[in-house]
Amino acid sequence: MEIFLDILVAVLLILGCLMSLIAGIGLLTFPDMLTRMHAATKPQVLGFLLIFAGLAIHLRNWTIVPVLIVAWAMQLLTAPVSAHMIGRSGYRTKHAAKDTLFSDELRQVVDKVSSGSATGAIPVVDSQDHEQDGK
Amino acid sequence: MIEVVIWICGSLLALGGIACLIRVVKGPSILDRVLALDVMLLIISAALCLEMALNRHTDYLLFVVAACTLGFIGSVTVSRYVSDQRNA
Repeated sequence: MEIFLDILVAVLLILGCLMSLIAGIGLLTFPDMLTRMHAATKPQVLGFLLIFAGLAIHLRNWTIVPVLIVAWAMQLLTAPVSAHMIGRSGYRTKHAAKDTLFSDELRQVVDKVSSGSATGAIPVVDSQDHEQDGK
Repeated sequence: MIEVVIWICGSLLALGGIACLIRVVKGPSILDRVLALDVMLLIISAALCLEMALNRHTDYLLFVVAACTLGFIGSVTVSRYVSDQRNA
């Protein structure tokens, strides 16, 4: 039983650390920001799940499991928000390579909003105005 | 046995960290750098976990939780600043 748990710990820790290496390779080799975002999220959820599971099994300690669950749930909740913010500002500052996209449905909305006002400020109010104009 | 596993995991983390560092230096935009630094913070948290597994203590658990929160705050703040700069 002990040797089985030790082998399980080894597999979990090495797979979790492999996720970090995969993220590094992806960050280095992918061509533009959106694909790099895809690579960077690999260790955030799956890698941490594997490493935390390996740590908890290795320490044979139930009392650290709630803290590890809190840390992992924090990652699970915050990773989509930060990815959304980075993608949003990347799209609007032309850092994302849009010529590699197959379809770009956001462009119509952004163009509609930004053509409504000269300054491009407060997009929420602008989109509501356009909807009312359409009616 | 755990020492061998920690050596292998540490090598994997170090290679990933070097790749992230190269992306931080090269990164064409600030958002690429933020992404790479976010991954660097995750690698540091993973290294703390490995150290806890090696020495069989739980002293760094709160640092791991704090690092997760810090990465979120940092990337959201920087990307918000980038997008506001464009609109102004």
